Amino acid sequence: MTGPTGGLNPETYEPAVAPVEQTFTPVAEEPLPGQGPFDELTGQRAKEIVARYPQPRSALLPMLHLVQSVEGYVSQAGIRFCADQLELSTAEVSAVATFYTMYKRKPGGEHLVSVCTNTLCAALGGDDIYRSLCTKLGNGAPLKHEQTAGEPGSPGSITLEHAECLAACDLAPVLQVNYEYYDRQSVESAGELVDALRQGERPPPTRGAPLTDWRTVERELAGFHDDLATSVQGSSAAEQTFAGARLAELNGWAAPEVPENVELAPVPDKDAPEKK
Amino acid sequence: MSQQPLAPVLTRNWPAPRSWSLDVYQEQGGYAGLRKALGADPDQLIQLVKDSGLRGRGGAGFPTGLKWSFIPQGTQGAAAKPHYLVINADEGEPGTCKDIPLMMADPHSLIEGCVITSYAIRANFCAIYVRGEALHCIRRLRHAVEQAYAEGYLGKDILGSGFDLDIVVHAGAGAYICGEETALLDSLEGRRGQPRLKPPFPATAGLYAAPTVVNNVETIATVPAIVIGGSEWFRSMGTEKSPGPKIYSLSGHVERPGQYEAPLGVTLRQLLELAGGMKDGVPLKFWTPGGSSTPLLTAEHLDVPLDFEGAVAAGSMLGTTALMVFNETVSVPWAVMKWTEFYKHESCGKCTPCREGCYWLLQILQRMVAGEGTESDIDTMLDICDNILGRSFCALGDGAVSPITSGIKYFRQEFLDLCAVQPAVARPDQLRDLVGTQA
Repeated sequence: MTGPTGGLNPETYEPAVAPVEQTFTPVAEEPLPGQGPFDELTGQRAKEIVARYPQPRSALLPMLHLVQSVEGYVSQAGIRFCADQLELSTAEVSAVATFYTMYKRKPGGEHLVSVCTNTLCAALGGDDIYRSLCTKLGNGAPLKHEQTAGEPGSPGSITLEHAECLAACDLAPVLQVNYEYYDRQSVESAGELVDALRQGERPPPTRGAPLTDWRTVERELAGFHDDLATSVQGSSAAEQTFAGARLAELNGWAAPEVPENVELAPVPDKDAPEKK
Repeated sequence: MSQQPLAPVLTRNWPAPRSWSLDVYQEQGGYAGLRKALGADPDQLIQLVKDSGLRGRGGAGFPTGLKWSFIPQGTQGAAAKPHYLVINADEGEPGTCKDIPLMMADPHSLIEGCVITSYAIRANFCAIYVRGEALHCIRRLRHAVEQAYAEGYLGKDILGSGFDLDIVVHAGAGAYICGEETALLDSLEGRRGQPRLKPPFPATAGLYAAPTVVNNVETIATVPAIVIGGSEWFRSMGTEKSPGPKIYSLSGHVERPGQYEAPLGVTLRQLLELAGGMKDGVPLKFWTPGGSSTPLLTAEHLDVPLDFEGAVAAGSMLGTTALMVFNETVSVPWAVMKWTEFYKHESCGKCTPCREGCYWLLQILQRMVAGEGTESDIDTMLDICDNILGRSFCALGDGAVSPITSGIKYFRQEFLDLCAVQPAVARPDQLRDLVGTQA
């Protein structure tokens, strides 16, 4: 059957020809079980993750974060590692690893800079910030989404990405470095921030713990915090967060007073449908 | 109504120094609700929450107590399986920014709510599924969980009641679809986050196919206050069908954006007044009542009561009470295009209407905003929207068409203007006026 283009390629309007047969070579060698850069401690941690859940497979997402903390991305060896730990096939693990935005498939920078370019941030300057960082971090040509300035993993290297809504709209436009919030940014402040990062400095976030690097943060996401008692104290104070509470206090507005010693109603009759 | 403009219940203690720590939380009366709850029969708690009229704060507004009562209890069939509580803390709906400040400022209110809820539904395992990008919330929650274990609020035989509970704070990995409750459950089981067919509902076949309650952060953090204050007190705020206080998140072109906890039923006009009005006095053009998946409203809707019924009556939905406010400088076709970029990126790919529809809608909108659209594109988009709405596997598809259909409904002329004389792309000066400076 010919379509409306009469047998022509609908994109080029040239006669359709059979595509040249393609051969695929694997991106990476499939590692054998037990191999890879994962030491005993990582194996121990993987088992700790599994122990947190009623069923082992629930450990897969945190375990992929753990893999990233070791390798800086999810490699074929990382996929194999998770598969071995959870008695899954590498295909099953790959299917999961490729579904989620936070799992990176190639090595990235010391820091990950994520600029919100969703509608609200964009309208308040997020698009301009992202474009200016692309230009600033590019070497000649502007950097593209998920590309890295500098040698991946080297000090001061930065992977840049545009992100979907980062749930800080009252503090727009926002960006994150290694998932720590830098609120109410401008082209200038964001430019200064990445300049500092490139020089090996670590300016503090507006909300979050003192900046580390992306791999350390991935280990935290996996559930291994070096010093939670300290990092938990990182600032979260933003006047926007408290806007309503402060205004209410100022004006003496409050919820109705809570009555004292309210009794709970007695157990309802057991005639509810779920109580057969 | 003699209600005051703001009714801080959840947000009241947020400004306190170290509000996130156990000692500060307890100084403010924290965990008193848990002590009271553990002295009651679990069914009393379910009844209490039913009586309070608390409705889910994650967007859909489903009655919370009713949801809890769907969990089969007993020793036979599905009821005999372990029960689970799963907290949806995967906040990612564009505009929504209430749960993240809550978990940062007051994680113990959520933990206390989790213990009470788990006791009520007879669950011994609770998972808090937090969006991976919300790293600092994850720290605060894990720290709070550690403190709660040390204090005997979690673990074995909680406060001598014989009730056991473990809580795991689980980090997601960046997928908006995991805010959909069944996709969240699949993700929590270590799979791709794609929605499941319903029924069976999570109440009978949720996590690991066992009875599961999935509730939003704000919903569960409200529970301790209801246990202490009672249902009558809770109902003294808000409206008959939408009782209680609600965190409204104002963002965009307003003087003082931020979190404002007000009785349900407050209007945007009242909230704007509290937030100092429109930024620099530039007039309001359009806004969302509860995130980008809730149809746009305009300046004529300033007095719509923002409760579940009022938003629906105005042709929208209350959603997450994420009020994104845009002034006259923002182009509607451009804003709609940006939101469609989001839905196209986040569509999980499971069902064809959403996967293909979002992809093609974005192509059309990008062409239109570039000044190369035609009038018939508007009809084509509405036709595609018609084939997504109600025909997608989950609500993501329904949400994706909301900005487009409501944008065309209220601002059709703006779309037409982009197509007025072809090709508009040949008139760069005019095009800039039409789509604003952002494009």
